[in-house]
Amino acid sequence: MSEVFTKSVARNIFYGGSVFFFLLFLALTYQTHEAWPERDNHENLTDQVRHGKLLWEVNNCIGCHTLLGEGAYFAPELGNVYQRYGNSTEAIKAFISSRPKEGVAGRRSMPQFNFNDEELEAIAQFLKYASEIDTNNWPPNIQG
Amino acid sequence: MKYESQSVAKLYFIAAIGLFVGQILFGLILGLQYVMGDFLFPEIPFNVARMVHTNLLIVWLLFGFMGAAYFLVPEEAETELHSPFLAKLMFWVFLVAGALTIVGYLAVPYATLAELTGNKLLPTMGREFLEQPTITKIGIVIVALSFLYNIAFTILKGRKTVITLVLLLGLTGLALFFLFSFYNPDNLVKDKFYWWWVVHLWVEGVWELILGSILAFVLIKTTGVDREIIEKWLYVIIAMTLITGIIGTGHHYFWIGAPEYWLWWGSVFSALEPIPFFMMTVFAFNMVNKRRINHPNQPAVLWALGTAVMAFLGAGVWGFMHTLAPINYYTHGTQITAAHGHMAFYGAYAMIVMAIISYAMPLLRGRRVCNSAASQVVEMWSFWLMTISMVFITLFLTGAGILQVYLQRYSDDPMPFMVVQEKVAVFYWMRELAGLVFLIGLLLYIYSFFIGGEEKTLEQKV
Repeated sequence: MSEVFTKSVARNIFYGGSVFFFLLFLALTYQTHEAWPERDNHENLTDQVRHGKLLWEVNNCIGCHTLLGEGAYFAPELGNVYQRYGNSTEAIKAFISSRPKEGVAGRRSMPQFNFNDEELEAIAQFLKYASEIDTNNWPPNIQG
Repeated sequence: MKYESQSVAKLYFIAAIGLFVGQILFGLILGLQYVMGDFLFPEIPFNVARMVHTNLLIVWLLFGFMGAAYFLVPEEAETELHSPFLAKLMFWVFLVAGALTIVGYLAVPYATLAELTGNKLLPTMGREFLEQPTITKIGIVIVALSFLYNIAFTILKGRKTVITLVLLLGLTGLALFFLFSFYNPDNLVKDKFYWWWVVHLWVEGVWELILGSILAFVLIKTTGVDREIIEKWLYVIIAMTLITGIIGTGHHYFWIGAPEYWLWWGSVFSALEPIPFFMMTVFAFNMVNKRRINHPNQPAVLWALGTAVMAFLGAGVWGFMHTLAPINYYTHGTQITAAHGHMAFYGAYAMIVMAIISYAMPLLRGRRVCNSAASQVVEMWSFWLMTISMVFITLFLTGAGILQVYLQRYSDDPMPFMVVQEKVAVFYWMRELAGLVFLIGLLLYIYSFFIGGEEKTLEQKV
């Protein structure tokens, strides 16, 4: 067997296989771009939502929460928090703004970020936008 | 040590081990915060500690990879390093930039750090593992390019082997895919899709080339098996890695807004991803069984075998466990993911860096082949303490994860996240204890460097 399956055969499988599957990956990526307009909720991607995404990032929310299942596993999933809070951006804003500065004794607590009203609205709108992405019906239930 | 310029590797290895200690200390803080929610709050909130934990991991592994390259490339290419000065300079640039970034995480609120570093000009911060300020990311690119230039020119002027070629391919891919960290579209779906071009194509793609090449080098050196055989294995393993792993990226595209067909592509190809890891295990044991010399550096051989086994378990088995879409639907983003992440990173990447350090460090410190018997015994103790405690960390997180999935996602009456977290707390306590044992293992590992004594006997023919 070793006479037939030489090092150069192995090398050719490596190069050929890698190039082939990378090109296939690029083709699938192209197809994904074509399919996105139907699924990615881009029509609701307003300037306010953009601002909300930036706030989401610069406060490192992903360091505790998951969003569509990605992030840290210390705090609840937020991809469907809008629905969990009864389709209410007001409830989301009220929760974020009412976090105690010094935390809760013995328990996990979200920091107090001192957002102003405009920022709170932007974050809530961002979470609403995220919740309306077509995620193949994930998460399985309202608890996230 | 055959070439003078290999000695720059020593700096990189020392830094890697130092940052590793930092990573573990912050891991212990995180573990405690899981069960004592207000621990260090609000001074070091969980998100900050986690950022430090994961970023230190990435940085110390990069130091380890670079040290490995600086050690093995001159030896493989049979020539001095192109520019030892550049290697030393970039070491300090990377170390200072890394340290400043970590200090920034801890000293000021993250939003302030974003403002201070001009994140608004090119927002790249605040995405998992890519939390570094944009200027740090630019620094990483500069360091990576200088490093690649140095390694590539060393290889070009010397002997070209499969090991250095594969290493160079892996390192080039690492630098190339990191560039996607600068692409942060407003569209969350696109952001997530291309974020994986850094994260997945690193750890389940090009990093495995680096892993394979370092492993092959250590095995050639410690077993004396014919290079032709080892190089053929290396090609087959990395071929399977990329054939399965590139499309395997699809297992991250199930629930983030990508089309449904990814459920199939992702499931099928990522289910095959354990194959290269299994081959790596067979490869490592085969080579050691066919050894022509009994190398006196036993810990180096142990780390090499260990990394193959633990990478297969952590990346292969624990990855497979939740990679099929119908299962991942329930397990996505739970403690199952955390369990897999811990053992995979330790097995595939932490252990390969320790394998090359174990082989190279005695030589870099002026010994003929290896450390004294006393030092080796302590190092092997540290191997078992760290490895077994990591197995337990993984098992406890898996226990927590299975319960979490059932209570929060699968039962007829799903419970809220925080309620479930309290119900699984006993697993988090046990994980923290296992983490403490891991720290003891790590301290013992460091202690082993300071044990002197007579060198073990020279290598003998089998």
